[in-house]
Amino acid sequence: MAYDKFNILKSTAVPLPIENVDTDQIIPARFLKATERKEFGDNLFRDWRYNTDGSPKADFVLNNSRYSGKILVGGKNFGSGSSREHAAWAIYDYGFRCVVSSFFADIFKNNTLNIGVLPVTVSPEFLVKIYAALDADPKTELEVNLPDQTITLLATGEKETFAIDGYKKHNMLNGFDDIDYLQAMKSEIQSFAKQMVL
Amino acid sequence: MSNTPKTLFDKVWDAHVVRSIQDGPDVFFIDRHFIHEVTSPVAFLGLKNRGVKVMFPEKTFATADHNTPTINQHLPVEDPLSANQLKALEENAAAHGISHWGLGNPKNGIVHVVGPENGITLPGMTVVCGDSHTSTHGAFGAIAFGIGTSEVEMVLSSQCIMQAKAKKMRINVNGKLGKGVTSKDVALFIISQISASGATGYFVEYAGEVFENMSMEGRMTVCNLSIESGARGGMIAPDETTFAYLKGKEKAPKGDAWDTALEYWKTLKTDEGAQFDKELNYNADEIEPQITYGTNPGLGTGISQNIPFASTVKDGEASYKKSLAYMGFAEGEKLIGKKVDYVFLGSCTNGRIEDFRAFASIVKGRKKADNITAWLVPGSHVVEQQIKDEGILDIITAAGFQLRQPGCSACLAMNDDKIPAGKYAVSTSNRNFEGRQGPGSRTLLASPFVAAAAAVTGMVTDPRDLL
Repeated sequence: MAYDKFNILKSTAVPLPIENVDTDQIIPARFLKATERKEFGDNLFRDWRYNTDGSPKADFVLNNSRYSGKILVGGKNFGSGSSREHAAWAIYDYGFRCVVSSFFADIFKNNTLNIGVLPVTVSPEFLVKIYAALDADPKTELEVNLPDQTITLLATGEKETFAIDGYKKHNMLNGFDDIDYLQAMKSEIQSFAKQMVL
Repeated sequence: MSNTPKTLFDKVWDAHVVRSIQDGPDVFFIDRHFIHEVTSPVAFLGLKNRGVKVMFPEKTFATADHNTPTINQHLPVEDPLSANQLKALEENAAAHGISHWGLGNPKNGIVHVVGPENGITLPGMTVVCGDSHTSTHGAFGAIAFGIGTSEVEMVLSSQCIMQAKAKKMRINVNGKLGKGVTSKDVALFIISQISASGATGYFVEYAGEVFENMSMEGRMTVCNLSIESGARGGMIAPDETTFAYLKGKEKAPKGDAWDTALEYWKTLKTDEGAQFDKELNYNADEIEPQITYGTNPGLGTGISQNIPFASTVKDGEASYKKSLAYMGFAEGEKLIGKKVDYVFLGSCTNGRIEDFRAFASIVKGRKKADNITAWLVPGSHVVEQQIKDEGILDIITAAGFQLRQPGCSACLAMNDDKIPAGKYAVSTSNRNFEGRQGPGSRTLLASPFVAAAAAVTGMVTDPRDLL
C-alpha cells in the first residue's frame, strides 16, 4: 500500500521546543481503541491541546493561530516511549509531512518512515536557529529537500544536510513501502525459513 | 571463514539476515511474533486490502492484554470500543489460523509474561511485537524489540521486517546487590545514569555478576526496561538459570530436540575480545532502592536522596522544570515521606511471581494504610494461580489488599484502571510519562519492595527499614 511521495517540501512550521516528547503525549493510550486508521489527528497531543472539558488550551502551539504548516519541529529525544504507530498516524492525519528534531527515538523514527512522514535530524545548533527564526517570524518558511538531503531556513539561506539511507530515500521519493519489497522476495524467505531449526 | 570474535548480539543477528540491502536495512527474519488487540487490527486490515495471507501463522501468538478489564472478566466487556478490539483480535486470529489466548483463557495474560512462561521465547531467537516492552524477551538471549503496526503487517505477510543493525553497548554491573535492592532498582539506576535517551541507537548486552546471579524474572525486568533508556532492546547471555527455567515449559523443545537446542544455546555468549561501540561499568554497591520523581524514567534517584536541582541535570532546564511542575515537586525536596495515594503492583515489568513474593514479604503482618488505594494485578493467570498456591493471597488479604485479574491495567490505563488527576501513584510499571496512568496522574516508578513500603505506610518509605 503505497503512501504519498515526498520530494521537496516548502512550508511554514510549528515549533514544539520540549525535550523527551513521548508517544503517550503525542497520542494518549485511551485513544488507541480504533480498529481502523482514521481520525487520529483529532487527538494529536490531546492532553496538551485540550482541557478536560474539551476546550482548547490557549497556550499550546497547535491552538496558536500564528503557527501552522506541514513541518513539526520538536525537541531532543522526540517520540520516545511506546511503539504505537498511532503517534505517527496522528501526526500525519493532522497534516504534518515532516518532523524535525535534533534526536529521534528509534521506533518512532521507523514508524514515520514507514508511513511517508520524513524524520529530519538536525544538529542541536541548527534546531536552536529554527526555533529562533520561528519565534521572530511565525510565517518563516523551511525547505526540506529530500533529493539533496538538505533543510534550509529560507529567510536566511542557512542550511544543513541530513542523513537517510539510500533504500528509504528511494522509497520516500517514490511512495513505495517495505511490504511490496518483501512480497517480491517471498521465495527467498521461504528457503531461508526452511533452514531455521527452531 | 573469519574468526573475528563476535558479540552475543552479532551471533543472533547474523543468523537471521535473509538479505542485506546495499545502503539500506537488512531483511531480518523473525522467529516469534506476538500480537495483541491494540496494535494489530490495522495490520490485518492491510493484509485484507492487499489480498495477502499470513505466511507462517504458527510463528505468531495472540493474547489480549492492553485493553482488558481486571475485574469481572467473566462478564461482557462494557466499553464497546474495547470489546470491539478484543473481538477483532479473536476474529483475525481465527481467520488466519493463529493461536489466540483471549480473555478467560487460562493461558491469558500480559504478552511479555505469557510468552516466556509457556516456553514460546527461546535463546537465540528473534522476537517482535507491536509493543516497545518486547525487549523483555531479551532475558533469554533473544533479540527482542518492539515494532510499529506497519512492521506487524510485514511480519504477518512475510515473517520479516526491514531493520538496520543497531550499534552495540555492553553494560557491566559487578558486585553483590544490597538488602532490598532488586533488578528493578538496577534498571532504574542505569537509566538515571545514562538518561532516557542514553542508549538510543544501541542494542544493549547486560553482563557481570549482578545479572549472572539474577533469576529469570529479574532478568526480564531489566531487559524490559531497556527501551526506557532508548535502547532498541537488551539481552543477557543464556546460562544454567535460563536452561533450568525453560526445561519442561510447554512449548520448549523436548527430548533430542532439547539436547540439540541446548548445544546451540551454550554457544550464545559474547566471545572474548569482541568489540562493543560503547561499554559502561557500574558496581552493585552504588545502587540503593530507586524511585523516580519526574516525567520520564531517566528522572530517578536513590530513595534516600533529594530531588536534584535543575542546574545539575543533563537535560534542558526548561523541560526539567516543566516535569517537576507537573509532578507538584520542588528542586531539592526529600523523597522519603512524600504522601502517596495509589499503589500499583503489576505490568510486564513487575507482574511476575517473584514481584508478588517481594510485595508480600513486606506487607506480611502489616496493614494497608488508610489513604492508599492499591491495585495488585498479576501478569497472567499462571501467576495468579501461583499467588494462590504459595499462600501469598492469604498474606495480602490479611493485610487488607485485594487481588485483581491479569492484564496491563494501570500501566497504560487503557481500561478503567486510571489514577485520578493530581493523585500520586507508586507504580512497579515502566513509565512515569505525563498522564500515562490516567489524565493528570503522577507516577513514581519503583520496585515491588518500595511499592509495598508505600502501601503500608501511605508515603514514600525506604523498604530497607521494613525488611
